[in-house]
Amino acid sequence: MRRVNKGERARLRLTLNGRALSGEAEPRMLLSDFLRHVLGATGTHVGCEHGVCGCCTVLIDGAAVRSCLTLAVQAEGRAVTTVESLADGSGKLNALQRAFQNNHALQCGFCTPGILMSFTDFLARNPDPTETEVVEVLSGHLCRCTGYAGIVAAVLEAAKEMKSKTT
Amino acid sequence: MKPRPFDYARPDTIDEAVAILGEHGDDARVLAGGQTLLAMLNLRVVEPAVLVDITRIPGLDAIREVDGKVEVGAAVTQNRLLAWPALTQKLPLLAAALPFVGHFQTRNKGTVCGSVAHADPTSEIPLSLALLEGEVVLRSRRGTRVLSASEFQQGMLATARAADELIAAVRFPVVNGGVAFREVARRHGDFAVVGVAAVAEPAKTIRLGVAGMADRPAVRRIRADGAAGIKDAIERLAWELEGYDDIHASARMRRDLLRRIGPVVVEEAIRCAA
Repeated sequence: MRRVNKGERARLRLTLNGRALSGEAEPRMLLSDFLRHVLGATGTHVGCEHGVCGCCTVLIDGAAVRSCLTLAVQAEGRAVTTVESLADGSGKLNALQRAFQNNHALQCGFCTPGILMSFTDFLARNPDPTETEVVEVLSGHLCRCTGYAGIVAAVLEAAKEMKSKTT
Repeated sequence: MKPRPFDYARPDTIDEAVAILGEHGDDARVLAGGQTLLAMLNLRVVEPAVLVDITRIPGLDAIREVDGKVEVGAAVTQNRLLAWPALTQKLPLLAAALPFVGHFQTRNKGTVCGSVAHADPTSEIPLSLALLEGEVVLRSRRGTRVLSASEFQQGMLATARAADELIAAVRFPVVNGGVAFREVARRHGDFAVVGVAAVAEPAKTIRLGVAGMADRPAVRRIRADGAAGIKDAIERLAWELEGYDDIHASARMRRDLLRRIGPVVVEEAIRCAA
């Protein structure tokens, strides 16, 4: 049985964007804070900290989840993927990010990392989504700038582009 | 905000988990998906001494069929049940209702049993469990007991689970017949204002389940004697349950929603059974 007492810092090992990393955390540390403050991966943003806004969405073993509703210790031994993984080493944006740029799917960009991670998971499971399905997934995010239309258009465009690449 | 400090335990077996619950009782909280619990911890609405993370206990992530019932283990997420290949055939009501539980992102982590444990009166999964006359399997150091959904859910966020008990699984009976589900929420994924589900089995009365009208899901049997009779039965149910006022809707609006959605859901279930 794994046990970490209050106030005690445990060394947690996990894979972040393909790299094996470790850091120390108390049981009460949220995964969002662990990523940002311990591992220094500040691409993941923190908005509401109670699971409503979706800014902090990351992938754990491929599934999009709220990192503010996950304890760091719960991600021990898991593969965590964040927005930093999307562009390649030279900074070239991936298809989903390019589609966001093309469709004005962001303005201030604060909510964007979470939305990108949600659709990274969703498009991997559902490469040919309807607009209704995209809107439904997007309902798990708040964006105060765009009015959402650009984001929906971007996801549909990215799906199309990713499909034409794979076929 | 951030949670107050607590001890974290991740047992490897159910026996270890119930031993911690037995030792700490009300001061311990079971952590499965955490999609309600973590928000409550962050807001400091709950301040447990120990969190018992049950998600890595082998066997708790199983979905299996036992004696005409589908048993869903405590670590099964809502999206895992939604992706279960036999779902539309065995539990079409859950296939209809699960997409309304939270959001895609919270269903990836939120569990079926966790939703039953939380016992929100507007929640889709407790409504489905009550309507299908399902069961809750509770484990403790004292042994195992199985409660019916109606025995289990006792009121607003209140259940019959004792402080030392772990919900090991819930069981949804497989029914032959038509089902339908609808809800009204301010936005998709928000808590429902009113949710209605129905089961129409051949040569039986229709089962009607209503969430968001009382402190727990209400299940009634009504006779399938034509549109006017069904409408009357739902009208009587609306007055019997009364509804309640809160920030989302007035009692009067809840009654009105039941009057409008109720007959549509019953007709859909009857049509689906035919």
